[in-house]
Amino acid sequence: MLFTSYSFLFFLILLFVIYYVFPSKAQWVILLIASLIFYALNSPVYLIFIGITILTTYGAGILLDNSFVKEKAYIKEHKETLSKEEKKAYKRANKTKRRWLFWSCLIFNFGILAVTKYTNFGISNINGIMKMFHSGTELQFVDLIIPLGISFYTFQSMGYLIDVSRDSVKAQRNIGKLALFVLFFPQLVQGPISRYGDLSTSLYEAHPFDINKFMRGIERIIWGFFKKLVIADRILPAVNTLKDSYETMDGFYVVLLGLFYALELYADFTGGIDITIGIAEALGIKVKENFIRPYFSKCIKEYWRRWHISLGAYFTEYLFYPVSVCKPMLDISKVARKILGEKIGKKVPVYLSTIIVWLITGIWHGAAWNFVVWGLGNCFFIMLSEELDPVYIWVKKKFKINESKYYYRAFQIIRTFILMCSLRMFDLYRNVPVTFKMLGTTVYKWNIASVLREGIWNLGLTGVDYVILIIGTIILFSVSMMSRRENMRDIIAKKGYVLRGVVYGVLFVCIILFGAYGIGYDASQFIYNQF
Amino acid sequence: MEEKETKKFNIKLLITVIISLVVITTILAFLQRLVEPKYMDNSGEGSLIEEYYDNIEDHQIIIVGDCEVYENLVPPVLWEDYGYTSYIRGSAQQLIWQSYYLLEETYKYENPDVVIFNVLSMQYNEPQKEAYNRMTLDGMKWSSSKVGAIKASMMEDEQMIDYVFPILRYHSRITELKKDDITYFFDKPTVADNGYYMQVGIVPADYVPEGKPLGDYTFGDNAYYYLDAIREICEEHGSKLILVKAPSLYPKWHDEWDAQMVDYAAKYNLDYINFLEHTDEIGLDYNVDTYDAGLHLNVYGAEKLTRYLGEYLKENTDLEDLRSNEAVAEEYNQKLLEYRERLAKKEEERDAGK
Repeated sequence: MLFTSYSFLFFLILLFVIYYVFPSKAQWVILLIASLIFYALNSPVYLIFIGITILTTYGAGILLDNSFVKEKAYIKEHKETLSKEEKKAYKRANKTKRRWLFWSCLIFNFGILAVTKYTNFGISNINGIMKMFHSGTELQFVDLIIPLGISFYTFQSMGYLIDVSRDSVKAQRNIGKLALFVLFFPQLVQGPISRYGDLSTSLYEAHPFDINKFMRGIERIIWGFFKKLVIADRILPAVNTLKDSYETMDGFYVVLLGLFYALELYADFTGGIDITIGIAEALGIKVKENFIRPYFSKCIKEYWRRWHISLGAYFTEYLFYPVSVCKPMLDISKVARKILGEKIGKKVPVYLSTIIVWLITGIWHGAAWNFVVWGLGNCFFIMLSEELDPVYIWVKKKFKINESKYYYRAFQIIRTFILMCSLRMFDLYRNVPVTFKMLGTTVYKWNIASVLREGIWNLGLTGVDYVILIIGTIILFSVSMMSRRENMRDIIAKKGYVLRGVVYGVLFVCIILFGAYGIGYDASQFIYNQF
Repeated sequence: MEEKETKKFNIKLLITVIISLVVITTILAFLQRLVEPKYMDNSGEGSLIEEYYDNIEDHQIIIVGDCEVYENLVPPVLWEDYGYTSYIRGSAQQLIWQSYYLLEETYKYENPDVVIFNVLSMQYNEPQKEAYNRMTLDGMKWSSSKVGAIKASMMEDEQMIDYVFPILRYHSRITELKKDDITYFFDKPTVADNGYYMQVGIVPADYVPEGKPLGDYTFGDNAYYYLDAIREICEEHGSKLILVKAPSLYPKWHDEWDAQMVDYAAKYNLDYINFLEHTDEIGLDYNVDTYDAGLHLNVYGAEKLTRYLGEYLKENTDLEDLRSNEAVAEEYNQKLLEYRERLAKKEEERDAGK
């Protein structure tokens, strides 16, 4: 059931009515049932996979939590009789048991993700290697189902498990409530990846109907649909034409693809998240923001703090920090400092951890080398930027560049935008060599005049489509600009009810009238549903 | 105090929401009317179904079917020569289940003595094309018959809500509006004469392609199901059902299909006339009586066919000649006059090369 389908809208209206008509104590149960229905409607078989993840996470969480409780109680009880050494030994023994339990559950669940999503990627690589050695045999690809939103729910549930294993949250003892945390339908298929501590309170508590909150949620949903249907899905045919016709559409077409895809991806992903957060808000539930005007970032590092924030935060918290301070990394650090000196040596573990994080970020986005190169490309530019920092400082000093000046900030923003557009090409073209080739043509093939004169009319868009897209982009840009200091919805709300009604009314009518939906348009699922 | 303010605030917001919804609904209703196809240019067939509601009365004959009825039979001629009142409930590629539901709906308004059904649509056992569905179904008034017709007709990518709110289907027309969309926003003239859609062009049937041989000539279960339904509803209302096959040269009416219709008619004691077997008696000359090389008749051929049908009805039914009924005559003579005027106008336009 796509967010943009009529059936989803009916589902949502029905849910809103039931959710607020029944006693508020039952709301979390209603949400759980709704989430199960939502998931089962996509495919009942998927429920088996997510059910296994819920059960194992629940069981492991309870056992881990019990271990902590038991340990604390035992030490408290035997405070007087146990020596320091005995306490340490007892704790160590418990920790070892917890580690076994924790890693078993973690590997099992990430294993499901790996098998379902990456088996064929592995097979294609093995086949490639065998071909290199002129082996006659070839492994057959397997036809595995990939449960909807598996990357998102696996990450979210394992995040919970890590928090429980660190004793930073108490395990949820009601399996229904834990199931709701994993299954919560608005964020199940495209995130954001919520942390248990952030979501659980508002997810389980009662929410009496509050028209202010409800309407705020509806406003956000309308804005999300505007981005998705009026902008993202309208430009989609051009993006598909440009990437599929790479043999003929090179040079400036590649630049055009970069720009169009930047618009499509932004409108699609942020639109989807707006719908997610809006639904949650209308239900009284608080879901963390996943974007903060990312295209206004001044460097790639900043961009990744503002784009898909929950994923970046997840990797930082659960991967980067643990990997940076794990024993093997500390050993590497020691050796590196000895061999390369203090200055360079201390960077080695940081850079190694960064590479690991970006490698996994790339693979998370897709089971293909394109995504691996994309991830490592991001990593390369982030590290390069770090290394060149002294050079930047020198240049700025030498040419008396004032960093706070508007033109310099604009330069930084445009530079970052171009870099991100270039890196995203790996997400588009069929493989890495083609992507490099296409990027190369932007340098030596100068066909800008013919593309703008004739080419743009062969991309599946009409003049009216371009006008709608230009106006839509201006609205997007203006909203981003105006939201720098204050949320746009707050600004509109302050202007009074009439303007509020007019703004969202016009947006709604625009969606109905200018949205790319229905017969004649491909029902396009949200890009991030695929992850 | 604070609670009171919040309550006041909520009421204000609630009023805003209600007013916004009313305004949005009104605007969308206006826009819906704007973007809905008006079917006035070259696709007047799309207007045929809705025109019936301005002509509801007790017709003696109701004719249902596809283009082979609304382009081949002329109700004003049936009146002029035989004094029969008739109406064609037909539309482009009207599928048999659509004919059934249109007939079912017609019985809610009137009770004809004779129902004539053109059997060409027996060849289709499942929905064919969304555009044709819309031309038939959009014009129907909402009733259980329309819901049934939609459910029976929807293609895989169609949804009921698109019929309930046509703006969801036609919204993309906002960028391709034409003068007609404004001109006929509130009202539009009738394009047909009691369901007959006039064509005055003359294109001889110089070449008629051979029909493609089929693997299986048996009509489908679904088609038979609705043919039975048409027969039963006619029986229920005491109407005589006559099955016909129009004398269109193409698409090919296979002998195997004809045999099945002959058998069906014999089984249920129905009249079945395959006009293709009577073209000489009808007096059809495919050099001058067709406007599209034999697919459909033009008005000259249609008048000939209608007169032949009139003779048949005169000999085989108890239909009363109503020309002596003043009230009916006044109305139908007016319709006949309009028909003649339309014919003269169209001929003039044709001759002027418009």
